[in-house]
Amino acid sequence: MTHRSDTGPAPVLALKDISKSFGAVRALRDVSLELFPGEVHALAGENGAGKSTLIKTLAGVHRPDAGQVLLDGEPTVFHGPADARDAGIAVIYQEPTLFPDLSIAENIFMGRQPRRALGRIDHKATHAATVALMQRLGVELDPDRPARGLSIADQQIVEIAKALSFDARVLIMDEPTAALTGSEVARLFGVVRTLREQGAAVLFISHRLEEIFQICQRVTTLRDGAWISSEPLDGMTEDDLVRRMVGRDLDELYPKQEVQAGEVAMSVRRLTREGVFTDVSFDVRRGEIVGLAGLVGAGRTEVARAVFGVDRWDAGEVEVDGKALTNGAPSTAMAAGLALVPEDRRAQGLVMDMSIERNIGLTGLRTTVKAGLMDRGAERSRSLDWAVKLQVKYARIADTVNTLSGGNQQKVVLAKWLATAPKVLIVDEPTRGIDVGTKAEVHRLLSQLAADGVAVLMISSDLPEILGMADRVLVMHEGRLTAEIPRSEATEESVMAAATGRAAA
Amino acid sequence: MADSPLARAVRWDTVVGALLIVVLLLSFGFVDGFGNALNLSFLIGNTLPIALIALPMTLLVVSGEIDLSVASTAGLSGAVMGALWNQGMTIETIIPLCLLLGAVCGLINGLLVTRLGLPSLAVTIGTLAAYRGIAQIILGSDAVTDFPTQYLDFAAGRIGDTFIPYALLPFLVLLAIAVVVLHAAPFGRSLFAIGASEEAARFAGIRVKRQKLILFTVTGLMAALTGVFWALHYASARYDNATGLELAVIAAVLLGGIDFDGGKGTLGGAIAGVFLLGALQNVMSLVNVSAQSQIVVTGVLLVVSVLGPRVGRQISVARAGRRAAASTPTS
Repeated sequence: MTHRSDTGPAPVLALKDISKSFGAVRALRDVSLELFPGEVHALAGENGAGKSTLIKTLAGVHRPDAGQVLLDGEPTVFHGPADARDAGIAVIYQEPTLFPDLSIAENIFMGRQPRRALGRIDHKATHAATVALMQRLGVELDPDRPARGLSIADQQIVEIAKALSFDARVLIMDEPTAALTGSEVARLFGVVRTLREQGAAVLFISHRLEEIFQICQRVTTLRDGAWISSEPLDGMTEDDLVRRMVGRDLDELYPKQEVQAGEVAMSVRRLTREGVFTDVSFDVRRGEIVGLAGLVGAGRTEVARAVFGVDRWDAGEVEVDGKALTNGAPSTAMAAGLALVPEDRRAQGLVMDMSIERNIGLTGLRTTVKAGLMDRGAERSRSLDWAVKLQVKYARIADTVNTLSGGNQQKVVLAKWLATAPKVLIVDEPTRGIDVGTKAEVHRLLSQLAADGVAVLMISSDLPEILGMADRVLVMHEGRLTAEIPRSEATEESVMAAATGRAAA
Repeated sequence: MADSPLARAVRWDTVVGALLIVVLLLSFGFVDGFGNALNLSFLIGNTLPIALIALPMTLLVVSGEIDLSVASTAGLSGAVMGALWNQGMTIETIIPLCLLLGAVCGLINGLLVTRLGLPSLAVTIGTLAAYRGIAQIILGSDAVTDFPTQYLDFAAGRIGDTFIPYALLPFLVLLAIAVVVLHAAPFGRSLFAIGASEEAARFAGIRVKRQKLILFTVTGLMAALTGVFWALHYASARYDNATGLELAVIAAVLLGGIDFDGGKGTLGGAIAGVFLLGALQNVMSLVNVSAQSQIVVTGVLLVVSVLGPRVGRQISVARAGRRAAASTPTS
């Protein structure tokens, strides 16, 4: 099973000149794609390039308007997801949906458990089959454990096992790593390699370019619904790939401007929330971008939440612009000039069912007011101003934010907070899950804000982002600040050493 | 708000408004005894208790909460009113005391929900029983009927020979206030955000607990006002006044397109729902539909009202999705 695609057998699944339109929009135009057994194939493209539509076409959710789906070289029509599944195609989504109260084994064999006499479920056989699947994947998970409480990484493994139980030959993984930690990604890649060696064809989607180079052999690039290229990754550089995705040379991904740090804008003193983080002290100065690094679970987000007032702290104090903040009161933090772009834009950053205009307006409920009532004109122009400044791509400002792509949603969150003219801006994972073009825009924006005298605290699990953007790097490990590293000395090694508690800070 | 005329037309609250007009026109045409001024004034007067409580209930449901104890609070307020009247207190003292008591009842609900983090559905089922029980303890099975005539006349009477009850006028003032608060004030805006996503509202600096506490308190106050009105309108203060009224209020509010999950709806829709329910009840009584069958109709309406807006929203979401898709690929 080590055929190379150019000499090997027919592709197990292929799309030939597929087009798909929604109304007047052409989501896919003459797109072709070939998936070979024993190969991991990357699908690259910015948000809105047509990746989702393509996946849904492969999975039988959408039927193409033109072009062919070829299964083992034979033209096929999928009438629905069940057809695609029966043909051996499985999709692993970013956030799996398991039944929380059922065991792992029951989730895998839901609705088709092995039976004993009188139609009773054969738990022993279910258990054994699950153990066999886990062995095939090289993963240790207890089949009898309920799905509730499993990490997203483990849930994905369960989904993959389920796919295998259907004898899936084609595995489509839609941004599987977006919510995983480093070690979880490594384990997932181990599973993917095992599957590849067993002859599966894998289609892998990720915004993290380094992952594509790590795990994939070939890449197909889409831009604005059109096919750009399909080629081996051997010999390509990240810059090559980015150029194909965005259609131009990207300006620098980390456009950091040198800024002279000013006076202290935010001062955190001995902040403690019991059992979560302990004795955290740091300053952020005007014009500075301070990176806050650490492993997931180190307490970075929790510090940000407490500083902003969404959670209470047990001891310590926070000053913004010389004013002490009230414990547990976001409204006073806002009034003092603090803004927080939270980690989870869909649950925390935005009211998904509300319009772009109203979402941005939510931070202006105290300011865009005339005679005690909402000043709708002022609200609209404030929202429009910021949506335009941040180049949010939308049809109408009154459309709900759930109609926007992830990158544009993140821009709306930023717009919402920049509209408050903050003195201190905390951004938590500001570019998670957004495409590389938007990512560069967000970085340019943060850099410009710092240059304009805003103090920026940037929490990120993306090390290149921390190293590329931060003037200073704070590192947390198990609820404590373990290091403060100036830009000149910050390297992946020094930050990771502190983040894993290996360094004497 | 800035949807196309077509999109506006399929919004559930406008559908209910249109339905109300159709029902009224049909009733004028085909139901004997419906169109005369006296019957219409009865219709409005009997619907006013539902309408009064529907005002704060709409705001509460928009914010994602509910208060099932409103009818019991109304009953308690009526019972206290009767008991104090029997003690010889003046009505001018009694009414403010009753309103204060209602506010306290609401505040208790609010504190249980916001401080202890309990679900309002459970809390207010509990206080539904508790407040009604207290009402019975206070007044027993007495009925107090001898309130001052000018008050009884105001609560039950109408302006000359018109169809307009006196009590409609203060209600219209309260309605106007509620519309402004929900649809034009920052407070109302924050309620929509809280109802749609409490967490996102908190992250936007909205004082979620405080807003909810205020709402529950005002709801209790309005329920007590309704209890006072009820006792005067029907010239009878009993502990079991307004029993079951919460169902009618919630049915009407949901019928008016207020999303049970919070975050969606308009007061106009809710009030249209209230009067649609009131008109149907009036018509059913005129054509001698039994009280039991009327309850069945209310129940069916409740189910329809939860279902209808959802179907409507599916349509509008699909439409917005197409619009957005139309704009994104051309970057």
